[in-house]
This record gives sequence, C-alpha cells and structure tokens, in this order.
Amino acid sequence: MIKAILIFNNHGKPRLIRFYQYFAEDMQQQIIRETFHLVSKRDDNVCNFLEGGSLIGGSDYKLIYRHYATLYFVFCVDSSESELGILDLIQVFVETLDKCFENVCELDLIFHMDKVHYILQEVVMGGMVLETNMNEIVAQVEVQNRMEKSEGGLSAAPARAVSAVKNMNLPEIPRNINIGDINIKVPSLSPF
Amino acid sequence: MSDVVEKTLTALPSLLSLDSQPGSAKLSSTSKLGNLIRGITELTSKHEEEKLIQRELSSIKEQVSSPNTTMRQMKELMVRTIYCEMLGYEASFSYIHAIKLAQQGTVLEKRVGYLAVSLFLNESHELLLLLVNTVLKDLQSTNLIEVCMALTVVSQMFPKDMIPAILPLVEEKLNHPKEIIRRKAVLALYKFYLIAPNQVQHIHNKFRKALCDKDPGVMTASLHIYLQLIQENPEGYKDLTASFVTILKQVVGGKLPMDFNYHSVPAPWLQIQLLRILSLLGKNDQSTSEIMHEVLDESLRRAEMNHNITYAILYECVKCIYTIHPKSDLLEKAAKCIGNFVLSPKINLKYLGLKALTYVVQQDPKLALQHQMTIIECLDHPDLIIKRETLELLFRITNAQNVTVIVEKMLEFLRISGDDHTTIDLVGKVAELAEKYAPDNEWFIETMNTVFSVGGDMMQPDIPNSFLKLLSEGFDSVEEDRKLRLFAVNSYISLLQGTPGKLPQRFLQVISWVLGEYSHLREDLEAAVVLRLLARLLDMKNCSSETKSWVLTAMTKLCEGGSGVSVAQQVSETYSSSLDTVLRQRAQELQYLSQDSELRARVLPRGAGLEPVEVDSSLSFLDGFVSEALAAGAAPYKPPHQRQEELAGTKALSLEPYGLSLPISMSSCSITDRQSPTLLSMSSGLSGDSTDLSHKGGSATLKLDGVKRVWGREGYLSQKEPVEEPAQVEVPSPLRSPSQQGEADSSHSQTPTPTPTPESDQEKQQLASSLFVGLGSQSSVCLMGKSEPTAQRFRRKAKGHSTASSPSEQISNSVVSPHSAVDNLLCNNLLDSNITSELALSSPELTSQPSPGLTTTNGTCDTEAELPDSDIKESEPAVIRDNSVVATDPAPHEAPDRPKDLCLTSHLPAELSGLSHSEISHLCTNQSLELSACHVQKEDSLLLVVFITNSSDSAAQQILVQVDSEELEVSCVCDSPVEEVSSHSVTVCQYSLTVKRPAVHIEVVGMVSYQLANGTSQSAQFSYKLPLTSFIRPLTVSTEEYGTMWLAFSHDTKQNLTLISDSQEPLTATLNVLKRKLQLHVVEIIGMEGIVACRVLQDQPCLMHCRVHAGTLAVWLRSPIPDLPDCLIYHCQRALQGH
Repeated sequence: MIKAILIFNNHGKPRLIRFYQYFAEDMQQQIIRETFHLVSKRDDNVCNFLEGGSLIGGSDYKLIYRHYATLYFVFCVDSSESELGILDLIQVFVETLDKCFENVCELDLIFHMDKVHYILQEVVMGGMVLETNMNEIVAQVEVQNRMEKSEGGLSAAPARAVSAVKNMNLPEIPRNINIGDINIKVPSLSPF
Repeated sequence: MSDVVEKTLTALPSLLSLDSQPGSAKLSSTSKLGNLIRGITELTSKHEEEKLIQRELSSIKEQVSSPNTTMRQMKELMVRTIYCEMLGYEASFSYIHAIKLAQQGTVLEKRVGYLAVSLFLNESHELLLLLVNTVLKDLQSTNLIEVCMALTVVSQMFPKDMIPAILPLVEEKLNHPKEIIRRKAVLALYKFYLIAPNQVQHIHNKFRKALCDKDPGVMTASLHIYLQLIQENPEGYKDLTASFVTILKQVVGGKLPMDFNYHSVPAPWLQIQLLRILSLLGKNDQSTSEIMHEVLDESLRRAEMNHNITYAILYECVKCIYTIHPKSDLLEKAAKCIGNFVLSPKINLKYLGLKALTYVVQQDPKLALQHQMTIIECLDHPDLIIKRETLELLFRITNAQNVTVIVEKMLEFLRISGDDHTTIDLVGKVAELAEKYAPDNEWFIETMNTVFSVGGDMMQPDIPNSFLKLLSEGFDSVEEDRKLRLFAVNSYISLLQGTPGKLPQRFLQVISWVLGEYSHLREDLEAAVVLRLLARLLDMKNCSSETKSWVLTAMTKLCEGGSGVSVAQQVSETYSSSLDTVLRQRAQELQYLSQDSELRARVLPRGAGLEPVEVDSSLSFLDGFVSEALAAGAAPYKPPHQRQEELAGTKALSLEPYGLSLPISMSSCSITDRQSPTLLSMSSGLSGDSTDLSHKGGSATLKLDGVKRVWGREGYLSQKEPVEEPAQVEVPSPLRSPSQQGEADSSHSQTPTPTPTPESDQEKQQLASSLFVGLGSQSSVCLMGKSEPTAQRFRRKAKGHSTASSPSEQISNSVVSPHSAVDNLLCNNLLDSNITSELALSSPELTSQPSPGLTTTNGTCDTEAELPDSDIKESEPAVIRDNSVVATDPAPHEAPDRPKDLCLTSHLPAELSGLSHSEISHLCTNQSLELSACHVQKEDSLLLVVFITNSSDSAAQQILVQVDSEELEVSCVCDSPVEEVSSHSVTVCQYSLTVKRPAVHIEVVGMVSYQLANGTSQSAQFSYKLPLTSFIRPLTVSTEEYGTMWLAFSHDTKQNLTLISDSQEPLTATLNVLKRKLQLHVVEIIGMEGIVACRVLQDQPCLMHCRVHAGTLAVWLRSPIPDLPDCLIYHCQRALQGH
C-alpha cells in the first residue's frame, strides 16, 4: 500500500499532500519536514530509495522519490510495493501531469492543486495503484474536464438540458481486448 | 522531463504579474487563490505567513457561513481552504461546509466537496456520518462520474461501522457494465476488507469473479485483494495457482493489447503483482512451485530489455525463484540476474541487488563470496543507503570468525549516520552479534561500551537489560564469569574517572548496576572509592532522576567501611529531602542500610543477581484488595485495548446486528492482540532473550524468518557450474582455497595475498578475506553462524529446569506406560528436578546392586518406575526384605488386565453404575494385592474409584489408602475406611475430586499400605492421571449473565483454532464438537460469533468467545482462575484435531 504521497519544492514548501493513512494534522507537517530533510540532503547521483524516517512507520516503510527540477515527488510505501515499480509510477504520474497541463511546471501545481488531486485520484485510489496507463488516466481526467466546460455554459440552459448532460455516460475507452484469443482467459475456476 | 519543469523559476515572476492582464485565462478563475499564493510568496518570514493565513482563514470563515454564498463560490472557497490546510493551518470550521458541498453541489462542486472531505477528515471523524447519505445517493446515481466519485471517497476513508449500509450498493457495482466502475468497486471492497474483514467475508466468491473479469484492468485490481488474502492464508488459495500462472503466461506472452504496454513491456505492474502472489503460493510447497517453474523461466527470458521497469520484473522474479521450492536451473539464472544487479553502474539496481543478495544469502552463501569485491566497494560507497544495505548483508553472514571486522564496520557507520531510526536498528544488531560471537571479554565489553554510548537513550531498552542479564546469569564456567565481570568493573571505573558527563543515561544506569553488584570482585579497590565516583554522578546536571535512583541503589549495595558509610550518609542526607519520592525512598534505604550492615547483608546479599526472583505475574496478592474494591462498588478492571474499543464504540453508531446486551461490542474486539497489562510487563522484562532479539533484527528487513532453507548446499551448489562473472575473475584465489583462507583468518588479514595485485586493491582484498572468512566451502557447516551454537561464546547458562527435564524425559520414556506421549510430559511436573537428576545418577548403582525390593517396584508397577529412590529409602526396611519373594514375577501383568476390567466394572457401587466411567486402568501390584482405578463423572463431582483386589488366599488387613494431588482436593467418600480385604475379593474406595489448580492433565499419587495375615506389613505407591476434561461441566448462563461475568474475569487467552469447515455452518459444527467432547455449554450463536461457557469442578467458571475469522476460529477465553484458559484451550485444540 502507498501510505502517503508528498510533493514539495526545493525549499520544502508543500505543493501536494495526500495521506492514505491517518495522521494528525501536526504530525503530517512533521512528516513533511522530516521527509524533506531526509530527501533534500541527498545528491542526485544516489539511489532513489530511503528507509522510512522515524515518524512515518519505521523499518517497514520506504520512501521512494524522484527529483524533477524544482520539485520532489515522494511516495511513502510499505513492503508490499515494488520499489522500481513505484519509481516508474512516479514517472507515469509526472508524465500525465505534463500531458494535462502542457509542459507542467511548479506553478501549475500551485494554482491547480485541485486538478492535480483529481489526476492523482485516477492513478492511486485509497493507497492502491488504480491505473498505470497514461492514456487511460488522461482520458478519465478529460471526461471530467469536458464536464466542467459544459457545465460552465449550462448554468443558464434549461433544466432539462442540464439533466441530459448530467446523465451522459463515460465514453467507452477503446480498449477492446475481448476479440478472439487475446482475451484473457482464466480457466479452471469453479463456476459461480 | 526536467527541462520542462525547469522553466518554473524563471517563469514565476512573469506569470504572477500576468494575472492582472485580461488575457491570462489560466489564473483568472482562481484569482483569489492566486492572490493568496502571491501574497505568500512575497512574505519573508514564517510569522508573517501565519498572520496572512489566519487573516485569510477568518475571511473564508465569514464567507462560508454567510447564507448568500452560492455553491459556486463555496467551491472556490474550499480550494483555498485546502491550500491553507496543506500548509498546516487548521480550518476545522470548513469541514461541515465541505460535506455540505458534496451533498448539495452540482457534479463539479461535489467533486471539490468530496476532495476536501477526503483530505480533511479521517475514518473516525464524527462528521463523516453526515456523508453516508450523500454517498448512498451518489452510488445510486445514473451519472457515472458521481458514482466514480462516491467510490473514490469510500475507498479513501469511510467509517467502519457504516460499511454495512453501503456494502450492497458497492457489491452491485461489481456487475456494472463500465469497467472503470467495476475496477473502483473492487478496490473499494478491498479497502473494506482491510478495515473490517468479517463484513465482506460473504463476497469472497465475487472476488473470484472479478479475477476472471473480461477486462484486464478489473482483474489487476482484484489482485490487490488476492495478494492480501494469500498473505494471510496461503493454503486457502492454492487452487488458484494455475489461474495466476495462466494469466502471467498470457501477459508475458504479449496477449494483452498494446494499450497495456509500458515502454513496450506488457503490463509490468500486473506482472510484478502476479509474481508476488506466486511466490507466496509456492513457498514451502513443491507441487505448487512446479506449476510455476515454466512461467518464471519465461519471465526471466523475456525481461531482458534495458529499461527500469524490466528490472523491477526481474527483481520480483528472482525473489520468487528463491522463495519457492527450488529448481536448479532457475536458481542459476536467478543468481546470474542478481550478479547483473549488483554489478550494475545504476545505483538503484545496485541497491536492489544488495537487497536480493541479503535475501538469498541464507540459502546460497556462495553468491556473496562471488561478489565480495563489489560488496567491499559498496561499503565505501558515498551513498549512506547503499552502505546501510551492505551492512545488512554482512549482518546476515556474520560468524565467529569475521565478527570483529563486521562489527567494526557497523560501528564506523553508526558514528557517521545521524539518522535516529538507523541508529536504533543498527545498535540492536551490533549488540546481538556481540553477544553471539564475541571472541573475548575485552572485545565484548568494549563493543558494548560503544553500543551504549552511541545508542544513547534511543536504543531499545532490552539491549541494556539483556546485557545485565548476561552478566548476572553468567555462563557455564565460574572463572569466566568472574573475569568478564572484573573486566567490566575495570572498564567502568576508568570511564567514571574520565568524563562521565558525556555518557548517556542508560549507560550510566548500566555502569552503576554493574559497579554495585560486582565492584567487590576487584580486591584492590576500596568501596569508598567507588562510592565517591558514584556520588559524583549524582552531582551532574544532566543526570536524570531515574539514573539517580539506579546510582543510589548501587551505593546501597556498596556502603561499608568507615569512609564508605560517611559518603553514603552525606548523599542520603542530600536526597532524603528530595522532591522526587522515589529518590527520597532510595535515600532513606541508603541511610538505614548503611548504618546496619547486618540488615544490609540480609536484604542485599552479594550475588543476589543469580537468584531468580519469583514474580507473581497474576498479581494474585492483590486479589483481596481487588475484591474489596469491587464490593465497595469499584468498576472492574478492563485491559487498555478493551477500554479503547469501548471508547470507539460509544463514539460511533453501531449498525452491527449483534443482539447481545454485552456492555462491550464484542464483534469489534480485535481478537488478535493478546496483550494484557501483566503480560506486557512480563514480556518486556523477559525480552532480553537473545533469540527474541534476533527475531526482531530479522524482521526489520526482509522477512526471511519463515523461509525454510529448502535447498541444501550439497544439492544445488555442488552441481552448479561456476557462473562467469567478471568479478570472479578478479577475485584472488585465497578466498576459494580453504587452507589459505584459514591463514587469513588467524592472522587477522595481515597476511599478504599470494596473487600479485595492484597495491590499492590489496587492502580491499585483505578486507574481503577477513569479511568473508568462514563462508567458503570447507567451513560450510557454519555458513550461517547463527545456526551453529558452538560458535557462540556467551552461551547462557542452561536453567535448572531444562537440564533436569532431559533425564526425566528419558526415564519416563523408558517406562511402559499406558498413557500417551503427551502424558509423559507431565511426569516432569511431578518429579522434582533435583530428585530426577539424582535418580539419573544413581540408577546404574541400583541395577548393579541386586536389591530385590527395588526390582520389584521397578518391574511391576507401571508408572511406578519413576519412583524416586529417596522414597524407597523412607519406606520400612521390612518391606524391602519381604518383597524378595515376588521379585521373580515382574512382567505378565498386561495380559490379565482386560478380563479384569470387565469383572471389576461389576464391582462399581450401584449408585455409580448408571454413570459414565473411564476405562479401568491398572495401578500397581504388590504381593497379593492389586490396585486398579477409574473415574466416574457425576453431575457435580468427579469420583475416583480405586479397586483393591486381593488374589491371595489370605486376607489383607489394616489397609490404608492415601490419595493426594497437588492440583486437586481429595476427600474420601466412604463412611468407614476400608479395613480389610478378604481373600479373592474386591473392595472399592471412592474419592471425590475437585480442582484446586488447573493443569492440562492432573495427576493423583497415592500409597497403599496393608498387613498380611502373617503380620508383615507391605506398601506400594501408585499414580493415576486424568485429563482436565473430566472436570469440565457445562455452565448454564444467560447471555446477560455471560456479559457481566466476562467483564469481571481477569485471566484471558486468545488463540486461533481450526474450524471444521466440512459442513454448511462451520461455527455451529465446531461448537457442537466442543460441546460433545468437552461438555461445554453453548450460550448463543449469532452470525459469525458464538459464546460458550463451562465450569471446572467445583465452581470455577470459564467463558469462551468464538468468532469465525479468515477460515479459522478466533477464540478468546476468560476465567478468574489463572491457568484455566490456557489449559482449556489445549483441550479444545485436541478435541478439534481429533475430529
């Protein structure tokens, strides 16, 4: 499980904080400070893994981080996650941000913190990795954004039209794998 | 990527000013947030920021509570609040508005509301209850986005007690046509499983359906659940192995659409997850492992591309191969993989390579040898994490030969690492290694000194405890003990003479204890000198009051002689007026004991550390006080975990359909934690045990403890061709040649390596040879030094109990006993350990001396053979003389037993004949008299019936049968004791038994003495064993009574029992077995839980609460009698095993 996702800049200013395990408010701030302290003193040519600090979890937890220009992306995970897997998940997340914001920069994260949260929600849900395919994530976010646009123009529209839009369905993402032998078959399962 | 983000800093000022321009649509929508952020960036101090944000928050507060604020504005306000919260400023006033927004807003406003709620609140926040209805509504919405949002928020945090309310709706979503909904529903259910496993038990089948969902995404999501389930119970999911293998095969074979590729690797995260599941399934299971060998081979083969993510797959593959039942060619490939990792210039891969090495080194120590030069290089790596991991690896290969080098490296690291967490962990490991492999006293004490000074007050308290325990218990040799203690005293005296102000408190405590206890060993040292040194500690400013009391106690032990007493008096005067009551008491003690040396010698005898202090862990001496308090109306004691649960229970509504009127919600009790306060304190006191420590050390990293070393050296390693590794070519020959290795070891790496190598490398190779000594093939016996007890210098002295138990066990085994092997264990209790060892010593004598009397007793009475010889001596000399006649007839008693059983049954008293009785067993035979016994179960008592059969022609007179037991109260039922048994007749004695102190099996010992017609007196001893189960009777109580009793009982035990799962209702079936076999009374069964009660004669109640959890029966027993729950659980286990 992913226990927390922290994004802060080179000065330790938090840009996005998401905890999947409950910590009290002041504890969260301490964790951010401690994590920044641990991560920031490391060179760029050392490994991207850290044993957990004393605040968040101790020996079972690991910090896996990447440093992009002005930002640190830190994932705090327990032993059930693969280190390299998470490292690439961070990459996927950042690439998705880049795609959504068109050349993402720290400012995007500051001013559109809520959007970053929505994107993150499509990647990690309640501490579990939900989706690792960038196109899929972007598609989901775009569906929501389209909603936003249409809603902006809808405020003056008649109520019937509004409800029609509200009831629109998510587009079926072309991911048809049910054709022929590429369908994943799970044999020898007891019938339900 | 990084160039993209780099523009940030340069762009910052221009972007901020853009805001005012009309064209900058990017920021206009959040202009207020923009203002806030701009305001914050312009600030220079934390103080100003705080002021600004407080101002901002109060303005937000004003607006959110205004009725004119539209939802649209509210949404904007909420984003600002989220920003403030992220910076660490509390805005609890907005929580309720966030919920309102989620409730009432349009889709987009709702989204902000849900986001704010999930960021602000936690699972136990009371406001969350207000969200339940909104979630319910949104789950039923036709708008898929709303459903998605509801599922997301539910998986983020949802009150445990409210899960039943939404569970059916979430379950329904598993059949939703849209895969994204199904996927989220699966994850939400997984989350429910994590927080309340018993509530989703009924949908395990649906998880299976999710596993074979036609969409790979849903299948991937379901793997989260399976990873968890299989981790908890690998046995239950073995049937799925083939399915997982098939899935992995298809994924690896590229059967998934291109969509799932990441850097042209097919669904790497899915592969990782599957490999983890397979390794759990294949662990210690040959047949399951064989199913997956092929696919693992293919995974290894396919994952050869040069991208990060392929390494992730390879790493999981390697771990899996080393976890499951081994296959040699796979292991070979995996070893090669690890080599690639370790040698990789990429630092992340090196890290994982070291981790993998650490993981496999127990099975394949040669692999570490192959890479020794790389490991040495890693020790000097600039990255602390790599260094740390290397030390972890070295820790695993430590043995008696390389311990000094490895510990030195660890201490070196400790001095440069400033990280608390690492320090605590590493200090523990050093202490463990030092205790196990210390080559000599000096090294041990000095290493421990460093441990104490570096570890300071952060280290785990069991390190000093364990150290002191080791010193005080001593080892097998008295002389060694004395030397070690003396060395410690010398070392501490010189430390105290230096600058003790720098030493951590814990270390000072250790020092003062050791000096108090052992400074007398140094003869040239006057007590007064030590006292003065200790007194100096008291004057130090940073000396904590805990340390002071340790010092004062030490002084109390030492104060003797004129000058010593005067120092003591001075100190006690200072502290007898201290505000700290503990210190005051210690000072008082010091004062009195320093004046009265006789009293001191009695209270604090020298070497008292050797005597085990008897601890009454049940605190039974307080029973009187407690019952008085209870009678006076005090509330019964509840253990902390129970109190917490109650607290949690009162906070939230309980929706669970548990109808019991128990004051605590038993269904929410976590059966897993077993710590009662007494246990807790006990375990902390006892945790100094080194095995305990090593366990802890192991669990801190990779969990290897459970990994069985399935693959021996001779099997795989000997067949293996040497793997072609560049490192191996560089490795000089001494490391592989045993003789030279021995040299290197003895001379502590000073011997120059024979192979000509560059100067710089030479040093490293010397280090290598000293590090990896003992890992070569010649010393393969002690590869893992930990498994080799002889290498251990400080072997704890074996306790009296354990030494005694082995001979006694031998003896009882040699006896032809009708009782099972389990009963043999009980003989140990019966025999006092001293007597047993004496017996063991004297038995050869006994056999060599043809003493007829003794042979009789040995040969004829069944369990009697264990008769301590002291008892025999005590008996009348006449007995021994007279026995000589029968001595010729020892054996043929087994055969006539059977028919006798039948005829003896007819002698059962009439009032007992209708009741169930145990098989009549033979007790002993002496001369013409034969004793047999059985027990009869009556409603309210248990009767022991002893049959005395006189098979001789003359009557036996003045018969006296004495029956006694440590665990029982025995009273004779007969009105008039048996006086005489006439020839060829049977007489019956009855004894009523009630349990005084419960034990798993209860033993009754007895002696019969009688006089033959010719006037000679005879006696014989016998013993009879009966299980506790015969004393168990059902206890009929109502659920309410059960509830009150439950709270009042203090002794408890928790355990998981096997569930009888072959019927429809496993709980009922299991409880019925217990009811039938153990006569327990089933009070009530509600859903997955049941409560059961019984009593042990006379009226000792025991209550049992059972809950079906993850395929087992979690049982919690409680009783007012100390050992009763433990004994009962044993019988429950046996009853269910036998089923």
